[in-house]
Amino acid sequence: MSADPIVNISGLNKWYGEFHVLRDIDLEVTKGERIVICGPSGSGKSTLIRCINALEEFQEGEIVVDGIELGPNLKHVDAVRREVGMVFQSFNLFPHLTVLDNCTLAPIWVRNIPKKDAEETAMKFLERVKIPHQANKFPGQMSGGQQQRVAIARALTMNPKVMLFDEPTSALDPEMVKEVLDTMVDLAEEGMTMLVVTHEMGFAKEVANRVVFMDAGQIIEANTPSEFFATPQHARTKLFLSQILR
Amino acid sequence: MTDITASSFVREDLVAERPAPVKTAGFLGFVRTRLLNSPTNILLTILGLLLIWYTVIPTIKFLLVDAVWSGKDRTACLAENAGHPVGACWPFIQAKFPQLFYGFYPEAERWRVNLTFALGAVLLLPLLIPRLPAKGSNAGLFFFAFPAVAFFLLHGGGITGFGVSWVAGLLQLFADSISGVGEVLVGLSKASAAGPLLWAIGGAIALVGTLLHWVIFPLIWLRDQMQAAGQGLWLDFLITAVIVSVILFMLGGGARAGSRPLIASLATFAGIAAVIKLMGLDHGGMPIVDTRLWGGLLVTLVIAITGIVASLPIGIALALGRRSTIPLIRIFSITYIEFWRGVPLITVLFFATYMLPLFLPGNFTVDGLVRALIGVSLFTGAYQAENLRGGLAAVPRGQEEAASALGLSWWKTTSLIVLPQALRHVIPAIVNSFISLFKDTSLVSIVALFDLLGSLRASFADPVWTTPSTAFTGFAFIGIIYFIFCFGMSRYSLFVEHRLNAHRRN
Ligand SMILES: Nc1ncnc2c1ncn2[C@@H]1O[C@H](COP(=O)(O)OP(=O)(O)OP(=O)(O)O)[C@@H](O)[C@H]1O
Ligand SMILES: [Mg+2]
Repeated sequence: MSADPIVNISGLNKWYGEFHVLRDIDLEVTKGERIVICGPSGSGKSTLIRCINALEEFQEGEIVVDGIELGPNLKHVDAVRREVGMVFQSFNLFPHLTVLDNCTLAPIWVRNIPKKDAEETAMKFLERVKIPHQANKFPGQMSGGQQQRVAIARALTMNPKVMLFDEPTSALDPEMVKEVLDTMVDLAEEGMTMLVVTHEMGFAKEVANRVVFMDAGQIIEANTPSEFFATPQHARTKLFLSQILR
Repeated sequence: MTDITASSFVREDLVAERPAPVKTAGFLGFVRTRLLNSPTNILLTILGLLLIWYTVIPTIKFLLVDAVWSGKDRTACLAENAGHPVGACWPFIQAKFPQLFYGFYPEAERWRVNLTFALGAVLLLPLLIPRLPAKGSNAGLFFFAFPAVAFFLLHGGGITGFGVSWVAGLLQLFADSISGVGEVLVGLSKASAAGPLLWAIGGAIALVGTLLHWVIFPLIWLRDQMQAAGQGLWLDFLITAVIVSVILFMLGGGARAGSRPLIASLATFAGIAAVIKLMGLDHGGMPIVDTRLWGGLLVTLVIAITGIVASLPIGIALALGRRSTIPLIRIFSITYIEFWRGVPLITVLFFATYMLPLFLPGNFTVDGLVRALIGVSLFTGAYQAENLRGGLAAVPRGQEEAASALGLSWWKTTSLIVLPQALRHVIPAIVNSFISLFKDTSLVSIVALFDLLGSLRASFADPVWTTPSTAFTGFAFIGIIYFIFCFGMSRYSLFVEHRLNAHRRN
C-alpha cells in the first residue's frame, strides 16, 4: 500500500443533541483503497461516511480529503464535494429529469461544461454501467437495479477521486443486487478509491482491502478481509459475524 | 361419482359464434348499462334529466331563443315592442361594449389598449405551447420586457433617466428615510423620559444617513450632471449598459466562459434602445392616460395578470423563507403569511387605497391602480406561499442531499431540483389560487376602480337602456367572460399537469 492518504479522518466526534453518535473516529484511506464498513444498525456507519462529504456537520475533529481540510465549521464544503461522489441506498435520482439529464446536471451547473461535452461524457459513463440505450427514460420507468447504476454513473460524471456508497444494494430485490455489485467491482478494478457501507460480505471478501467494523459510534476493529472473517478479534465482531453469516 | 378419474378432454363439436347477449356497445348499450341498469340508477337518471330540463332549457331560452338581437335603445327590449317575452337584451351589450372593455379610456387612444393585448397574446401563446422553441428568451420578453412596454403603451409618458438615475434616486430615498428616522427620534427625545438614550440613538441613525449621503454623492452628482447636459437619457443609458454588461461578464466567468453573456447583454440593451426610440420615450412618449380613466376588462386583466405574475415569485420566496434555517427570515415569512391570510382582501384594498396615503410622506403619492396591484399581489403571494409549502414538503430530503453531494449550491439545488418538483406537486392548488384571484379582481370596484363588474354596474345607470332584462343580460355576459378565462386556466393547468407528470409511472 502506498502511503498516500486521500481521506484522513482524525479525532472525529459528533453528537446529535445529547447523543454521542460518532466517537473518536480515526481512519486513513490511501489512494485506490477499497474499504468496506459494516456494523449493526444504528452504529453510525451512514453518519460517518456522510461526514466525509459534509452532508452532516460534526463538532470535533478533522477530515482532510485530497489535501482539502474540512473542519467542524465546514469550510471548503464545495471543494470537497467536487472530489467526492456518493451513492445512496434509495438512489435519489431526480425523478423529473431524464437519465441523461440526471447525469449532465452537475457537470453543466457545477463545472460549467458545455452541454454537448457533458452529454458525451455522460453517455460514456452510462455505457460503463451498461444502460446507454435507456438514456432518455425517466428514473421512474426503470428497475431499482438500473436506477442504482444510473446513480453510480451520475456520481462518476463529476470525476470524483473518492466514491462513497451507503448500502447501495439494500433497497434492491436479490436478483438486482448482483448487477449493481458487478458495476462496483468494475469500478474497484479501475482503481477507484471507495468507501462502501454494506452487508454484502461476498463483496467485502472479493474487493475490499480493509474491512472496518463499527459499533456504538466507534471503530471496533479494522483488518484485511481474510483476517477479519477468519479470525475476528473483538467479542462484538465475533457476535456480529456470527449473526450475519449465520 | 366418488372415484377420481383422469381428466382428459377432447372437444368434439366446435362452438359456433353467437351474438352477445345484451347489447353493451354503442349509445343504446351505454344507456342500458350505465343509466338504466338498476333502480337507483334509473332514479338518478330521471333526476338528472329533470335538472337539465329546469336549468339548461331556460338558460338557452333566455340567452338565445327569447333574446333581442338588435335595436337602438331600451324600446327594442320591451316585451310589448318585441312581441314576445324578452330574454337577453344583446343590443345593450353592443352599445356598452366599449365601456365594458376599455372603461373611459379615450376613444382616440384605444388602439394602444388593443396593441397591448395583441402584443401580450403574441408573446404569451408561444410560451404556453410546449413544442415551440426559445422558451428562455420568450419568457424573458413576456415577464420583463412586456410589462415595461405595456406600461408605457397604456399609461403613456416618457423617461428622462435610466439605470444610473434610478439607482441614484432609490439610494437617495433610502438615505433620506434613514436621516428622517434619526431626526424624528432626536425630536422625540426632548419630550421623553428616556431622552438622552433616544437622542443618542437618533443622532447615530441620522449620522448613518448623512454618511450614506456622502457615499452616494458621486452617483447623484453624476446624475445631476447628466440631467444638466440635456440629452441625459442616452448618456445614462450608455453608462448603465456598460456597467451592467461588465458585471454580467465578470459574473459569467469572464473570458473563460466565452463572450456569450456579453453578447446577450449587449443585444438586450440594443433591444431596449430600439424600444425607447420606437416609442419616443426619450421625447416624452405618448400622451398620458390617467389610470382613473382605465376600466372594464382592461383593468380586470391588468390586475389579474399582474397579480398572477407577481404573486408566484413572492409566494416562492416566502415558502422558501419559511423553511429557512435563519430565524429572522423564517419569522418574517411566517408573520407575513399569517398576517395576509388573516385579513380579507377587501380590508387590504381599503387600507391600500384610503389609509396608505395618510402614512406616506406628503409628496409621495402612489397611483390608485398601482396600490390595488400591490395589495392584490402581496395578498395572493401569501396564499401561494402556503400552496407551495405543501409541495416543498413533498420533495424527499434525499433529493436535496443528492444534489448537494454532486456539489450543487443551495441556490442551484433549490431552483433546479427542489422547486421544479415542488411546483409539479402543487399546480392544481396554484391555478386554483389564480382562478380565485381572477374573480376577486371584481372586489376592486369598491375602491373606486372600474373593473369589468364595476363598469357593468356603472352602465346600468344609463336610462337609455333601463329594461327589465338589462341587469340579467349584463351579468350573464360578464359571467360568460369570467367563465371563459377561468375555464381556460383550469383546462390549461390540467394539460400542464399531465405533461409534467409524464415521468410518473402510474
Ligand atoms: N438526524 C438525527 N437526529 C438524531 N439522531 C439521529 C439522526 N440521524 C441518525 N441518528 C441516530 O444516529 C445513530 C446512527 O445512525 P446511522 O444512520 O449512522 O446508523 P447506521 O449505522 O447507518 O444504521 P443502518 O445500518 O440502520 O443504516 C442511530 O442511532 C440513529 O438513531
Ligand atoms: Mg445507514
